[in-house]
Amino acid sequence: MKPKFAMYWAASCGGCEIAVLNIDAKILDLDANFDVAFWPAAMDAKYKDLDAMADGSILVTLFNGSIRTAENEHLAKTLRRKSKILVAFGSCANEGCIPGLANLSSRESMLETAYGGPSTENPAQLRPQPTSQVPEGALTLPPVQPVVRTLDQVVEVDYHMPGCPPESHQIAAVVDLLVQVVQGRAELPPKGSVIGAGESTVCDECPRERNVKHLTQLRRIQELGPLDTTLCLLEQGLMCTGPATRSGCDARCPRVGAPCIGCYGVAPEALDQGARMMTAIASAIDAKEPEAIDGILDGIPDPAGTFYKFSLAHSLLRGGRAAHRETETP
Amino acid sequence: MANDFEPVIIGFTCNWCSYRAADVAGTTRLKYAPNVRLIRLMCSGRIDPTFVLKALADGADGVLITGCHPGDCHYLEQNYKALRRHRLLQRTLAQLGVEPERVHLTWASAAEGAIFAATIDRFVERVRALGPLRWPARPKPLPVAVAPELAEEALP
Repeated sequence: MKPKFAMYWAASCGGCEIAVLNIDAKILDLDANFDVAFWPAAMDAKYKDLDAMADGSILVTLFNGSIRTAENEHLAKTLRRKSKILVAFGSCANEGCIPGLANLSSRESMLETAYGGPSTENPAQLRPQPTSQVPEGALTLPPVQPVVRTLDQVVEVDYHMPGCPPESHQIAAVVDLLVQVVQGRAELPPKGSVIGAGESTVCDECPRERNVKHLTQLRRIQELGPLDTTLCLLEQGLMCTGPATRSGCDARCPRVGAPCIGCYGVAPEALDQGARMMTAIASAIDAKEPEAIDGILDGIPDPAGTFYKFSLAHSLLRGGRAAHRETETP
Repeated sequence: MANDFEPVIIGFTCNWCSYRAADVAGTTRLKYAPNVRLIRLMCSGRIDPTFVLKALADGADGVLITGCHPGDCHYLEQNYKALRRHRLLQRTLAQLGVEPERVHLTWASAAEGAIFAATIDRFVERVRALGPLRWPARPKPLPVAVAPELAEEALP
């Protein structure tokens, strides 16, 4: 009997699932060596089928998505019980990713923006309800929790695989490793390891020329003229979060002229991606007077959203006060 | 009781100026608020916003960053780095709903013991007026119900 494999999506966009399918023919190795026990995006499966499985009967679960609703939390706990190896797969599960940016706001204002905001067509002003009566009976929605959490803030996690989404060549390498482990040809890395990523920063993989930085301006890409194709983007005044971001993506974005936005998460050995980026940017700014410094910093209109785009829910403060307030005990 | 609130403040000093200023305040027996826990670093340029955020996340109500006066840095220009980091951190904190005044930057030379003590007193009162920060503790994951190590029976 083949060992069982599962993949689940919690609060996520589905990009992680597509990234897994992007490993091309390698997916056949996965199928040849594993029984897919539960993978809602790829095959029909019901929660009751999962509940019926014995604890520990799934060898490996790739869990993507952050914990936004009570349903996400329930599935995280269920899959933890059912799985020998639980992998936090992708940025959402590891660091909260884009869903985690909701931690800058209260749950109410987040729902208000989503259902009543200027980009929403909702003439009846409908809002999601925990229970709705329909002719067929009562329909329920899982409660939205006040703070987005990462998988390892809810259950113990065995391995972390970062990226939004993880790069396909990295997924292929991890699938290869899993197959080798199952065939007894390789050992698993130590529990808690980051897998499918590098051990340095994006800058170390970036082919652009780097010099001592003297930033005199920070601009958005459309405000800058044609960019130098070989020089560091940060040195050209473009906010690039490569210095604070873990390597593993082969610097795909800066390589083609788009700044790194930080999707591989906090760099190794650093605690907080945003703090790391603040350090890097502040060090590189070429100004000494408060007014001049502020003038350059005005080029970063949204510091929290820029520095914590992918890692707010796993940062030291994990979000803003508006989101945390609801969790406070009086 | 708001009146009972004693702010917990972490203070970072540099080895060459502000720590000496605190030392002078002590040896001249100046009285100042005991709320600040001073941590000596070699230079204010060593202060990473990580230190400040960790202090706030772990129970501090305020953070005091101190260094040599501009132009006096033992390592030439590192206190300007501290200045730039502080200004950027304050912008980020404001977005997170943390009053930027909870993180204060001040300069003190090795001779300014009295000024340093007065700055601490003023900062403690300012944080006292803001009230406790009480940042929620980091969530603790549930223990694993099943031993995570690879059990033999899971393998063919």
